[in-house]
Amino acid sequence: MFSFYDISNSIHQWLSSQMGSTAVMLIEMAIVGVLAISLFAFLGLLLVYMERKVAAFMQLRLGPNRVGWKGTLQTLADTIKLLFKEGFSPDASDKFLFNFAPILVIVVAMLLLAPIPFAKGFQIYDINIGVFYISAVSSIGVIGILMAGWSSNNKYSLLGAMRSGAQIVSYELSAGLSLVVIVAFSGSMSLTQIVQSQADGWWIFKGHIPAMIAFVIFIIAGTAELNRAPFDFAEAESELTAGFHTEYTGMRFAMFFLAEYINMFIMAAVGATLFLGGWMPLHFGNLSGFNHIMDFIPHIVWFMGKTFFLIFVLMWFRWTFPRLRIDQLLTLEWKYLMPISLFNLLLVALVVIKGWHF
Amino acid sequence: MELEQPAISDTGDFTINMGPQHPSTHGVLHLKVTLNGETIKNVEPHLGYIHRSIEKMSEASTYRNFIYLTSRMDYLSAHMNNQACAMVVEKGLQLEIPPRAKVIRMLMSELTRLASHQLWWGALGLDLGAITPYFLGFRDREEILDIFEETCGARLTMNYNVPGGLMYDIHPNFVGKVKTFLKNFEDHLPEYKQLLTGNIIFEERTKGVGILTPEDALSFGCTGAVARGSGISCDVRKWNPYDGYETVQFEEPMETGCDCYSRYVVRIREMEESVKIIEQLIDNIPEGEFQAKTKVVLKVPKGEYYTRVETARGELGVYLVSDGSSNPYRIKYRSPGFSNLAALNTMAKGNKIGDLVAIMATLDLVIPDIDR
Repeated sequence: MFSFYDISNSIHQWLSSQMGSTAVMLIEMAIVGVLAISLFAFLGLLLVYMERKVAAFMQLRLGPNRVGWKGTLQTLADTIKLLFKEGFSPDASDKFLFNFAPILVIVVAMLLLAPIPFAKGFQIYDINIGVFYISAVSSIGVIGILMAGWSSNNKYSLLGAMRSGAQIVSYELSAGLSLVVIVAFSGSMSLTQIVQSQADGWWIFKGHIPAMIAFVIFIIAGTAELNRAPFDFAEAESELTAGFHTEYTGMRFAMFFLAEYINMFIMAAVGATLFLGGWMPLHFGNLSGFNHIMDFIPHIVWFMGKTFFLIFVLMWFRWTFPRLRIDQLLTLEWKYLMPISLFNLLLVALVVIKGWHF
Repeated sequence: MELEQPAISDTGDFTINMGPQHPSTHGVLHLKVTLNGETIKNVEPHLGYIHRSIEKMSEASTYRNFIYLTSRMDYLSAHMNNQACAMVVEKGLQLEIPPRAKVIRMLMSELTRLASHQLWWGALGLDLGAITPYFLGFRDREEILDIFEETCGARLTMNYNVPGGLMYDIHPNFVGKVKTFLKNFEDHLPEYKQLLTGNIIFEERTKGVGILTPEDALSFGCTGAVARGSGISCDVRKWNPYDGYETVQFEEPMETGCDCYSRYVVRIREMEESVKIIEQLIDNIPEGEFQAKTKVVLKVPKGEYYTRVETARGELGVYLVSDGSSNPYRIKYRSPGFSNLAALNTMAKGNKIGDLVAIMATLDLVIPDIDR
């Protein structure tokens, strides 16, 4: 059967037969880097297009339909326009931090791609503490936002950045705790092993109610971490004009924009991997006939299907909900989500010790 | 560059300027907001960015012409503005307008009110961060504007009223199209409620926010949905019926919550009442003339005249001083938006900056109406 593992394996073997191990490693790193950047650019284009089409679908509009077939090249055209815009920075801004912030944000987004298993054996870096890595690296992104807000020397930017700081630091806890639930179930932090542990059923089905609660909390906290509506306080267009990126123009603005979409993809991918089985096909315990049929659908299709389903849910949120207020946001986290997460974790510990899950 | 005063005071207060170019001031309103963190200490509206001296320009126009300047005041209730001006001239000339003109004026007024409230509903969603309501509001508004276009030739500044009645008769399709619209709107109104009214985030954002006590509402001279949200009955159509409003059955919606949510509910119910009025009138448009006979040059007898109408935003008063010539000697408009804006500081103090946007949205500000 078709598998990405065979392709990557044969490339590796062919390279190994031609040259020494150091050269092989360097070449493979270069290939992976190029692939990651291409994926990055492609996802950016695709997700922006998807967002606009989903929004149009919700809002009785057609969405982009002029550039390319059904408007598919619209995002590309916009990117080209942004490339030609002047990269303006305000007089009173802190030039170094102002220029560094978008780079930091985008590098963090790229780093997060590393441990995601796209298909069986198709993963940039199978790190054994994948879950920990993701929650650690994703929290660096807020520093970029704070930098951008502070260095712009604009009160709107500063307000947006401070909101974002309070928000991401708070919701990091709930998101982390809901990831821990799955770590407790599967007994591993490696994303590959978490996917393997779902061979006889996804955790959202196997894990009873605690997994469901964790999944809902993860989606809420993840939306908040992404700074997307209904938690888009950092931008809050109607309140703070554009929040932390008010002063950014051209490609530097586009980097923030792109990073938001890549982060959305990663959030959805992590959610799909941990709760919905990642690339693992839909399997039910002992129904071997059914399981066998499901195996015929390639892993990458399963993975992308689940991820894009979650992305669609996030977009759905954005286009239907009003925005909360900053104090309500923090109330929601500290008074509701956080205690529920902690209690849920206790429940999971009990379930795992007693072996009540499937 | 040396700053004359520190950006942040010793107590931690700082000032941000919202507008004149800001996404949620809906025009060129400039708010000087003093904040402490996210909490509002003081809001100071600065006006004058779109002052066009409509009152002074009216003095140079004839009694037939000055009416059309007022379409540019509160452009969302252009028809009602024109109506108020036509009424003040009719009062001066002691003209009785034909019954057909009265009914059509009422129909057009209520359609304008619906269109205005639909836009307000969409913009409220937009201000609170929900973008979809804007498009749904426009979907229904578009139908009304199409009806206007067919009859008056214009979609926004309709200029349909003349002293003595209407400029021309309604289009033959008018009745059928209004009925189609009513049927569609009946299906669409539940969607309004699904998207915002019952939404928990929306309720959290608006309930208990922007409290305007009835005493404050009276002392600031608030009218329209802003006063009715504080439990003050002030509908000119009820208290001082004009152009046949005494003949139709409708309620004056009132809420006693005094907050943004009450003002929201009042406007939603006002839409239902407008639909009721249109339903009563649409099958009963009397036959006959649509315009009373008037002289070519109108000369209002010497004296002072005042009329008022209920626009979508509240009470619009027109005060006319005539010296007996063919031009008004002095015109003064009492615009609802100006008085409602005066209450902004009282309502916003102590709330968060996100609430300021919600409060402004429920005041339903139209800046050209405030500045004139």
